This record gives sequence, structure tokens and C-alpha cells, in this order.
Amino acid sequence: MRRLPWRVAELVEVRHETTTARTLVFEVPGWPGHLAGQHVDVRLTAPDGYSTQRSYSVAAPEQGERVELTVELVRDGEVSPYLTEILEIGDQVEIRGPVGGWFVWRPERVAPVLLVAGGSGMVPLMAMIRARREAGSSAPFRLIYSVREPDQRFYLDELASPDPGLDVAYIFTRKTPDGWARPPGRIMPPDLAGASTDIDSFVCGPTGFVEAAADQLIALGHAAERIRTERFGPTGG
Amino acid sequence: MSIDYLDGNALAGPLGELFAVDLTVAVGTCAGCGNSGPVAGLRVYGPAPGLVGRCAGCEEVMVRLVRTPDAVWLDLRGTLSLRIPMPDDQQGG
Repeated sequence: MRRLPWRVAELVEVRHETTTARTLVFEVPGWPGHLAGQHVDVRLTAPDGYSTQRSYSVAAPEQGERVELTVELVRDGEVSPYLTEILEIGDQVEIRGPVGGWFVWRPERVAPVLLVAGGSGMVPLMAMIRARREAGSSAPFRLIYSVREPDQRFYLDELASPDPGLDVAYIFTRKTPDGWARPPGRIMPPDLAGASTDIDSFVCGPTGFVEAAADQLIALGHAAERIRTERFGPTGG
Repeated sequence: MSIDYLDGNALAGPLGELFAVDLTVAVGTCAGCGNSGPVAGLRVYGPAPGLVGRCAGCEEVMVRLVRTPDAVWLDLRGTLSLRIPMPDDQQGG
């Protein structure tokens, strides 16, 4: 028995998030469960036997044998075009996991939380927000979500009416909605400044974004050991 | 500044194939500069021909992991020690 077996996963539900991203819900018999923030490896195998795999964060807390991923299309990618444009209900891929026990939020933790998302780095943070809701946790959550343009936001409807105790703020780096006070631009220390530095922070996004945000948090007085980061880098998609 | 790297979270799957515990939460000490921090915080380059995890402090190579069709090579010469969390409820079993 392999320690981390590949399991057959059947696509059972699809939700469109943006023009280039969709949420895929898989039914995975034998799924052992997972924590908010963990990721999985997805493997595709072609008829000729060629196979390739990528890591994706899980977008929702444990729900039986259902595993929910949100995948953003990476142009010229090898896996994401298939997952975002071709895979249909009833189709199968292979999934193994969950893996990664460091970038996780546990519902029994009561400390206030700051979530900082860059682009599709929102996915594991959404799992934390949903896990908080499911657990009825009253830990204060604050989300700062940076995207290029308004129509690139994932989970827009769900975040439009946030749970009590969840504060949501957006940063637009290229184009803002009409009448938006903050001019478009990359994340800056004032975006992250808040009343207290006595909080747990989770920062997820492309490598450059994560470096910038984590450095700014440290400069604002946050303790490095309370900042957890996950970097995407230039993924091969 | 080079930003073409991932972090130690990307080692979770490959290491999970090998070990019963999640080594990304272990605290590694760099043989180069003596810094310590979670394996999840390493700078990871790859995936081809293998994954290379470097100390975020001094860029010394701490972990090399190469998957071949029938084996895994794991080179830890740049890691002085690994402190692996082992909660009470996992002891003695």
C-alpha cells in the first residue's frame, strides 16, 4: 500500500468563477479528509500513457468524499487548459493528498486572522473562510484580496455578503471599479495596516506578491513566525 | 531579485510519498548559516530535473529530491538537523 495513493476522482459539479477560472467539484472514493489550506496533486494521463501533474489548493473544507478545486487558466499551460476548458461532468482524473500541514487554519484556533490573497492565491484562503463558517468560529477574520481587475475576483457573490466577523477588502492593481477611492496599484503597507499586530497571517499568491506582502507585514511589526506563506511562482499551469 | 521559485509547501507531495509524518512542518537547521525555520519556508526550485530547497537566509542548498521511474533520491547534506513536531497523542500509541 502506497503512503500517498493516487485516487480516481470524478467531476460531479462545475461553477464558473471568472471568464478564465472555474471551480471543479470531484467525488473521490476513499478520500481521507483534509484541513483548510491544504493542497492536492492532480494527475492527467493521456491515452498514450504520457502523464503530468500539478498541485492545486482545495477551495472548501472537508465535506465527505467531495474535493473542490478552483483552477485558473494558465495560457500555454499543460494541465490547467484541460481542467478549465475541456473536462466535463462524469470525466475522471487522478488526485492524491491531502498534503501540506503548515499552511493550514484549524477551527479550534481562536486568534484573529489576516488573510492576504494575490490572484488565485485566494483559493486556500477561501477554504479557511468557509471552514470558519462551518465551524461557527468567532475568530475575527480580515481578508485583503488583490486582483488585477474587478472581474477577476473569485467567489464574488459569496464574499459580497460576508459572514459576521469577516471583513473583506479589495485591492485592484490595474483597473478599479468606477468611483473606487484607492488608485490601481500593487499592495502597499497602508493596505495592510490595522489596529493590532497580534494576529495570525496567511499570505498566498505569486512569489513576488507574497515576498512584498510578507516584508510589509514584518515592517509593520508582525512577528515573522506568525506569518505563514504559500507561493505559486511561475507555475507551468 | 530572482522570484522564479516556489516554497517548501511544494515539497509536501513528494515528501509525503516517503514519510509517515508531514516534514513540511518540521523545523530544519541550515548547515550553511545555522538559520532554522519550517521546511515549508524553504525556497524551492524545480520541478525538473528535481526539486531543490534552499535556505531562505543564505540560499545554501538544504534539500535535493529527484524522482526517477523506480526510485527517489533524497540529498539532505545541507540540513544539519530536522526537528519534527510529535504531539503527545502520537507517542507510545
